[in-house]
Amino acid sequence: LAAYRTDEGQPWVLPVVKKVEQMIANDKSLNHEYLPILGLPEFRANASRIALGDDSPAIKENRIGSVQSLGGTGALRIGAEFLRRWYNGNNNTATPVYISTPSWENHNSVFVDAGFKDIRTYHYWDAAKRGLDLQGLLGDMEKAPEFSIFILHACAHNPTGTDPTPDQWKQIAAVMKRRFLFPFFDSAYQGFASGSLDKDAWAVRYFVSEGFELFCAQSFSKNFGLYNERVGNLTVVGKDADNVQRVLSQMEKIVRTTWSNPPSQGARIVATTLSCPQLFAEWYDNVKTMADRVLLMRSELRSRLESLGTPGTWNHITEQIGMFSFTGLNPKQVEYMIKEKHIYLMASGRINMCGLTTKNLDYVAKSIHEAITKIQ
Amino acid sequence: SSWWSHVEMGPPDPILGVTEAFKRDTNSKKMNLGVGAYRDDNGKPYVLNCVRKAEAMIASQKMDKEYLPIAGLADFTRASAQLALGENSEAFKSGRYVTVQGISGTGSLRIGANFLQRFFKPSRDVYIPKPSWGNHTPIFRDAGLQLQAYRYYDPKTCSLDFSGAMDDISKIPEKSIILLHACAHNPTGVDPRQEQWKELAAVVKKRNLLVYFDMAYQGFASGDINRDAWAVRHFIEQGINIVLSQSYAKNMGLYGERAGAFTVICSDAEEAKRVESQLKILIRPMYSNPPLNGARIASIILNTPDLRKEWLVEVKGMADRIISMRTQLVSNLKKEGSSHNWQHITDQIGMFCFTGLKPEQVERLIKEFSIYMTKDGRISVAGVTSGNVGYLAHAIHQVTK
Repeated sequence: LAAYRTDEGQPWVLPVVKKVEQMIANDKSLNHEYLPILGLPEFRANASRIALGDDSPAIKENRIGSVQSLGGTGALRIGAEFLRRWYNGNNNTATPVYISTPSWENHNSVFVDAGFKDIRTYHYWDAAKRGLDLQGLLGDMEKAPEFSIFILHACAHNPTGTDPTPDQWKQIAAVMKRRFLFPFFDSAYQGFASGSLDKDAWAVRYFVSEGFELFCAQSFSKNFGLYNERVGNLTVVGKDADNVQRVLSQMEKIVRTTWSNPPSQGARIVATTLSCPQLFAEWYDNVKTMADRVLLMRSELRSRLESLGTPGTWNHITEQIGMFSFTGLNPKQVEYMIKEKHIYLMASGRINMCGLTTKNLDYVAKSIHEAITKIQ
Repeated sequence: SSWWSHVEMGPPDPILGVTEAFKRDTNSKKMNLGVGAYRDDNGKPYVLNCVRKAEAMIASQKMDKEYLPIAGLADFTRASAQLALGENSEAFKSGRYVTVQGISGTGSLRIGANFLQRFFKPSRDVYIPKPSWGNHTPIFRDAGLQLQAYRYYDPKTCSLDFSGAMDDISKIPEKSIILLHACAHNPTGVDPRQEQWKELAAVVKKRNLLVYFDMAYQGFASGDINRDAWAVRHFIEQGINIVLSQSYAKNMGLYGERAGAFTVICSDAEEAKRVESQLKILIRPMYSNPPLNGARIASIILNTPDLRKEWLVEVKGMADRIISMRTQLVSNLKKEGSSHNWQHITDQIGMFCFTGLKPEQVERLIKEFSIYMTKDGRISVAGVTSGNVGYLAHAIHQVTK
């Protein structure tokens, strides 16, 4: 599983998290009572506000809902279970669900286990040009049956690190609107990708401004470094408050038979941080630290490869965003990296940028150079 | 128009409704007997001292926040299995079990239900006692199984309908799934005696049923963790390979931390490994891996001798207070001059008590006395204190005399 690492290759507990945990530990008035089924109210409201923006029209119009969930996975699962029961008819397990090729490998299982019978793929990664296959993507959306569900990565696409540009998102939204396709965003890296919460949420907010009803599964694992406390949120944007209220009432029933009510520790940390301006600023700073380190590693790796004259183009390393990068190495070259150089990456050529440090940059760059020049 | 125009409003949660009405009530004497959480003698939530100590240890350890394995915290799951099975358990010592961390009792039940749906081929039917915890039915249903019932509670005597249960269970189709409450039956508080458990084990074995134990109150029921786990251990000793869900919500007061576990007793350690791999495949698309905090607190308590001792004393303290409230309620009812037989109140065990009150009587308790409980006459004894037990007895007498 992928997690952030410091330049010393160590896990990093955010300073603001340590501070808030201490505050919580010192607060003897706190207990361990059950949270409400949908979660800690202050967490839910703040989490959705982070995704949609302070001035979101949907929030102002009171047509959003939130379900505190066990990580991003839990949010995806609750959303998937709800869609299977209530979207496009009642219990319509035949509604096609489209997942990008490639995608996070667990996406498929979430929707299969939620009961969907027709999981399909949509074009995404263009290996030849090492970028987004927009035409393939749009083509799949044009051909998809009306009302199909599309899982969209809000930012920092996992595993390619390749996101649509704002202009490309506009094209995607236009097709989805015309063909009545349902947007289900997976937002696991907000803030962590670019260092800017707003920038990383641009796509979600654009879709909201275009009047879509949508789901957004949020994870606070990476941007808060709270991996093992399972802090997530399912944001629901609907046409009006009444619809959202009924949706939440049914999501409550789904939550009740899955985990009854969510864990309180992680939600408390996030809620406390987001609702206090000073702590929020500290958090923003911590997030930027992580994002900046990854961005630095990207630019340093690229410049080394270009200096070495490594065959091929390497701008994709800095154009891609987030934790992962599709280097373009083929399986044989990957094998060389693993066996000969002891550098571990996926057969797809996916590298975890968090594994790079100032100490190992030279070695990694040289190894990639060797792999590409020695192995075809 | 909206995608959700046809989505119906979900029915209001009956227990939540009780609490909402209670909150709105301005009567200073009001009592909330719907609450499913322990309260101390001042009616306040109780954070166990051993929990506070464990939390202090955690704070000082400054550990990272890396993902737990899918199956959870190993120290926790191992200690959880040992707590349920007993340290002398052959099943535990041989390693012919798998225990995965679950999201408290509900999450553990659900993992188990999903596992049975996928891998228990002989039957889709789960037999649960009449009545059972309200959430059992939707959990098994959402997992894709069907619900059946066996007689359990006798409303005439407010105790166990043992002959009815034995009769029904002896007729359950072979290789069906049967759910049993290990101790402190929810909602009735009615548990079989040990001799009755022996007979239940025998008939269940004869019918070759898959036994699913729900143990949410180990230690909390009698005050003795071994006594409360007696049925679970007896069944295993009789060669019945049970599945089991555990919760630490009540016995460690870890409600909102969601600490629980699901266990499968297997033929051997090799089978246990295969079962574990399939449980992980079920868990990953649900929430990937479980939350650490509650499991770590529970693990520290169970694995640190001094803290474990302290926990045993505290859980006995909670159980004793509940037992004492039962005793005081009955003696106060006698003092009020009630001629009814209230013995079931002290015969029953655990957090809940099926008073035997009828809906009209419950209605009066709510309206005239601001005493809130569910329509079935179930009270949470945890909501009773030495300060209000007299008032409760008085009110019950008024509506039943």
